[in-house]
Amino acid sequence: MNKILIIIKREYITRVRNKTFLLSTFLFPLLMFALMFGGAFIGANGTEQRKIAVDDQSGIYKNNFKTGAAVEFGYPAEVNRNNYKDKGYEGVLIIYSANRQKADSVRLYTEKQLGLGTDEAIKNQIQKINENRLLMDRGVTRNTLDSIRQLSESKESLNYRSYQVKGSEIKEENKMLALAIGYASGFIIYIVLIIYGTVVMRGVMEEKTNRIAEVMVSSVKPFQLMMGKIIGIAAVGLTQLFLWILLIFLLSSLSSLFISPELLEQAQKMNETMPSMAQSNSMAFKIAEAKNTIFSANWALIIPCFIFYFLFGYLFYASLFAAVGSVVNEDPQEAQSLMLPITLPIVLGIFIMINAIQNPSGSLAVWGSIIPFTSPIVMMSRIPFGVPGTVEYWQLGLSMLSLVAGFLFTTWLSAKIYRTGILLYGKKATLKEMAKWAFKKA
Amino acid sequence: MSTILEVQNLKKYFSSQKAVDDISFTVDKGSIFGLLGPNGAGKTTLIRMITGIFYPDAGTINLNGKNFNPTTDVIDIGYMPEERGLYKKMKVGEQAMYLAQLKGMNRKDAFVKVKEWFEKFEMQSWWNKKVEDLSKGMSQKLQFVITVLHEPRLVILDEPFSGLDPVNSNLIKEEIFNLAKKGTTIIFSTHRMEQVEEICDHIILVNKGTKILDGSVKEIKQQFKQNIFTAELDRLPAVLQHASFSIAKQDGNNLTLKINEGYRSNDVLLHFINQQSGIIAYHEILPSLNEIFIRLVEGTPTARQFETVTA
Repeated sequence: MNKILIIIKREYITRVRNKTFLLSTFLFPLLMFALMFGGAFIGANGTEQRKIAVDDQSGIYKNNFKTGAAVEFGYPAEVNRNNYKDKGYEGVLIIYSANRQKADSVRLYTEKQLGLGTDEAIKNQIQKINENRLLMDRGVTRNTLDSIRQLSESKESLNYRSYQVKGSEIKEENKMLALAIGYASGFIIYIVLIIYGTVVMRGVMEEKTNRIAEVMVSSVKPFQLMMGKIIGIAAVGLTQLFLWILLIFLLSSLSSLFISPELLEQAQKMNETMPSMAQSNSMAFKIAEAKNTIFSANWALIIPCFIFYFLFGYLFYASLFAAVGSVVNEDPQEAQSLMLPITLPIVLGIFIMINAIQNPSGSLAVWGSIIPFTSPIVMMSRIPFGVPGTVEYWQLGLSMLSLVAGFLFTTWLSAKIYRTGILLYGKKATLKEMAKWAFKKA
Repeated sequence: MSTILEVQNLKKYFSSQKAVDDISFTVDKGSIFGLLGPNGAGKTTLIRMITGIFYPDAGTINLNGKNFNPTTDVIDIGYMPEERGLYKKMKVGEQAMYLAQLKGMNRKDAFVKVKEWFEKFEMQSWWNKKVEDLSKGMSQKLQFVITVLHEPRLVILDEPFSGLDPVNSNLIKEEIFNLAKKGTTIIFSTHRMEQVEEICDHIILVNKGTKILDGSVKEIKQQFKQNIFTAELDRLPAVLQHASFSIAKQDGNNLTLKINEGYRSNDVLLHFINQQSGIIAYHEILPSLNEIFIRLVEGTPTARQFETVTA
């Protein structure tokens, strides 16, 4: 036991002292914030207005396009594909029509790619014009149409809220917050599994290629060596996690100084006109909104659960990564092919998580959060939606139990592969051979 | 002399080879013991069982008269494998401290010992250097220090001199003698025979997983002598031929003789004396271990073939 402690200490200290650890610890939160708020800034301020010429052969659309933030429309005479640039436009929108009052096809010609935002804006406008025309054909007057639009777009037209009822207690549901916490914790665990798993693997490979494995196993048991490394790196991971949480809280309180409510409002307006841009904007928006209601989340439950899934998810996979590291030699390509069966379920976990966020009580989400291969990622995306509301107690218990059992099993299995693999030089072991080592006696 | 290590009927079969097939031997306390054998003979597997890295399939290992227990007995063993290895990114001093602590020393003792050995080998200035900055010979020295640092009673060295220049080679050789003088037992695995003759008291020769020779260097030389003598005479006798010997080589007055079956070396001397030849020198030529090694191992293919083992 004492020897494992010595190994843990070395693994921890050499890694925490490393420059890459310091860099990644401090750069990752900065990068995340830059991405989220950078997206909002660009979305709000940086969109260029495109000038598009319209050649309407049908006569339906002329003068009906509204110039917006994304596109400015013009109707020059005699415009075609060859001369729109001379007339000062970036593109030409041609509405082909054989007989007037009916559009056969609409084509946009540009020299440069104009981006998804422009496309979306034009499509939306065409749809709206078509809609209006159909309504007017059926006898709705222009005036009625305008007043309907105005009413339906005003804030008063829809006052929607959802509540979660627990016995006599009625709580306002905060789906946005649950979504944000679910996404964030699922992704963090995903990143941790991949990054720290690879760190464990590289550490084992280093011992093998430096030929120190034999010196080590003449002093300590291979199992002690493997567990010391895994636990030491886990401690590095936890250190990094706590520093990240600290930094994120610090940065988010700082960010409120820079991001004004007007800016967020603007960002949200952009979302309406350009749904494709919504992703990054709404993320920033969600964060800002979440901050207002952040204390409504059940942190007393979420934080311990997160640490549990973070730690045991890592432990479940780390020994498998160690086993892979023990059987490969210097060639990183060998490691790649053997890593695939391990990384595949992790990536699968992300896909299930994205589904689970939309439908946290669906059967895919439930089973994905119980089976230990995907449970660390999927369960963490469900827990913020409420325990026992969305995640029932038996599901949480079963999930935790099977993850711990899974961890004991993978460690037992990997230790046997590791013991043989680490002293084997020269050739790469096949999966078949590894299975043989794993299941042979002592 | 008492026995420190006793190995009985040790067996280790791998799926494609009988790596060690029923080997027994004993090592005396304070002796320098040579474990010889061609490449792939099973030396490393044998050592790995003695150091507790592998479990034997069959047989017993006794250390200090007690059944060998890999967990508690590692403190008594220092092992320098042929595949040398250190953490490249670690500093020399920390590395030595780390490995000493893993052997079971506490921090304070480890520090004192590391300092002491670093001084002895003039390595003090290396303390804060990274291992990757050391030359091959330097890291070899470090590896030796790490092996003997915790004062094990049994030191196992696999090819300790490979990659060392003559000066450092001698330094380590001196240390090996010193350790033996203080009562440390040394098992020395190699196929460099001239070093074995110089250093070892007792040897065993392993080939194809079995022991084919066991004894002290002197005994083995006697066992394999071919009764060859050199004689230097002041003048050649009138009748050179005699039933007691045949001449293997003649270079002026220097003769190399092989004594024939049924005669003793004195019969040859008597013949020369009777012939009035003055004898200046008369020596027995004992075979070198190298010759014995080649003679015994000859005929085995240079590369060991894989075989199927049904255990």
